[in-house]
Amino acid sequence: MDTYKSKMSDVLDTQHILPPATGSSHMNVGTTERIGSVVGGALMAYYGFRKPNFGGLILAAAGGALLYRGSTGYCPMNSMLGRDTADAKDISIEITRSLTINRPRSEVFQFWRQFENLPQFMQHLQEVRQQGPKRSHWVAKIPKGVGTVEWDADIVQEETDTLIAWRSLPTSDVDNAGEVRFTDAPADRGTVVQATISYRPPAGAVGGQLAKLLNPAFEQMVKNDLHRFKQLMETGEVTTIEGQPAGAR
Amino acid sequence: MKALCWNGINDLRVERVPDPSILNPGDAIVRVTMSSVCGSDLHLLDGYVPTMKAGDIIGHEFMGEVVEVGPGVKKFVKGDRVVVGSVLGCGSCEFCQTDQWSLCDNSNPNPEILEKAYGYAGAGIFGYSHAFGGYAGSHAEYIRVPYADNGAFKVPEGVTDDAAVFTSDAFPTGFMAADMCGIEPGDTVVVWGAGGVGQMAMQSAWLLGAGRVIAIDRFRDRLAKAKQFAKAETLNYEEVDILEALKEMTGGRGPDRCIDAVGMEAHTTGVEQYYDKAKQTLRLQTGRPAVLRQAIMACRKGGTVSIVGVYGGLLDKFPMGAAMNKALTLRMGQMFAQKYIPQLLDRVAAGEVDPSYMLTHKWGLDQSPEGYKMFKEKTDDCMRVVFTP
Repeated sequence: MDTYKSKMSDVLDTQHILPPATGSSHMNVGTTERIGSVVGGALMAYYGFRKPNFGGLILAAAGGALLYRGSTGYCPMNSMLGRDTADAKDISIEITRSLTINRPRSEVFQFWRQFENLPQFMQHLQEVRQQGPKRSHWVAKIPKGVGTVEWDADIVQEETDTLIAWRSLPTSDVDNAGEVRFTDAPADRGTVVQATISYRPPAGAVGGQLAKLLNPAFEQMVKNDLHRFKQLMETGEVTTIEGQPAGAR
Repeated sequence: MKALCWNGINDLRVERVPDPSILNPGDAIVRVTMSSVCGSDLHLLDGYVPTMKAGDIIGHEFMGEVVEVGPGVKKFVKGDRVVVGSVLGCGSCEFCQTDQWSLCDNSNPNPEILEKAYGYAGAGIFGYSHAFGGYAGSHAEYIRVPYADNGAFKVPEGVTDDAAVFTSDAFPTGFMAADMCGIEPGDTVVVWGAGGVGQMAMQSAWLLGAGRVIAIDRFRDRLAKAKQFAKAETLNYEEVDILEALKEMTGGRGPDRCIDAVGMEAHTTGVEQYYDKAKQTLRLQTGRPAVLRQAIMACRKGGTVSIVGVYGGLLDKFPMGAAMNKALTLRMGQMFAQKYIPQLLDRVAAGEVDPSYMLTHKWGLDQSPEGYKMFKEKTDDCMRVVFTP
């Protein structure tokens, strides 16, 4: 298992909701086999494309399939045969952050419980639509305007003013889960909000390596989102300098 | 509009920039009538405050006229004559509500920078680098003032612009320095640095019950002003041994309260890895704490050292043994503008203090790069240049 760092939920001794391992994050090819698949696939595809005949085309197609198998770690054939050589099955990235918000607990809980409010402070969320008492539809922007990812999520646990936990449905673009705990801060200092966001990186271990690189940015994103949540709850506005004047940069 | 922009080390230019607009409900737009240089700006010019970006508008000590208010602003209407504190406070977080405004949780839109450097982030400051929020500064014709209901204050009738402008930053900083001293009646208060903040610290020491005020500097004109306007005894550290002089002046006891109104004079030293990482990110440099060391050595047993001169990073050879074994109290911090400005405006209106003597030069914004050069080189007995955009 890839270890990124000790999970904060373990330190704080709180349980956490794991995102489902399905769809894009699922993997059933081991590392050695995947390297072989990528190298072999690339070679086959290269030679295949150089031969302008039917045999060449088949070679290229087979190479392409191998490349896909190697880079994603998912092999449909393995899946059919029930074969699984993956050596890193439990890759999930988990970020836990706490902030204290100088507002009453019920108010802070209610605002978060209305998932439609989340894009007001979660910078990368475009929209969340409540579709039923438990079900919601989420649309997130990929940075740099590359596009959007979407998924449905269900609330899997809820205790008024104390806890909300949700999890994406199987076969989502990104398997993910979230859990937010609300407790009274000591000495009337408001509400402690402890958010745990976790996701399984797409494309198995390659995605895992990618996620390792992206993880600090993701961690920062969660922190920034919580800061904005606090600003919004305490002051009614999100602090900004976007749109202010500056000289030639 | 015209604005003074930082473009690199010792590279200030007056540029044409877009006018500011209301971005949040609590914002106001103020037409700047006066905007002062400040010693802490020199750290920006010299490149010792990291996270400046080319094109950043600097300036943080100012006053003006309200020309537009956001829908959330309740205290002000168009035409109000206001002075604005240099440090921004949201008014709603735990720190603002306990009057520790420069520790505001919410007014810094880039808290991650200071969280890496200091563990936790403080408030945003106008025109003072992206680590402190990246807010456009006041050396401009107009400025956007977020949280206007908290940070802006109406200037009472009868208080001149020349006096009011310094209640934005220099006076509250100096006052907080004296306030943190916990002055008891008759105490001897020593102030290192006879610039704007130091002068105000001396005046404030008297207001809070000092029996004697001593000023230390090397510029004769500043010491002369300290003597004339702040009724201070003066010591020139180029001419006398300060520790010996202070001991003799206090009957061998040492001064009760010592104020550092100088701060860092940056130089670079190598330090531990974590700091290196922060430094790499932030281009932070450490300070040279000559004044702070001297203040700790000079202070009497059980006395107080109050620090308002700005420090950014780590210090070398900090005399912790002296501080510990003399049971000193060390107090410090960026000033709590919103806590002090109302009472300081009242004191100016009542004639208790007139800070206008610090305004030695009043220039247009077009001359602002030259103004900073003069202020930095301290030519022409310059104490404060104030721009009138």
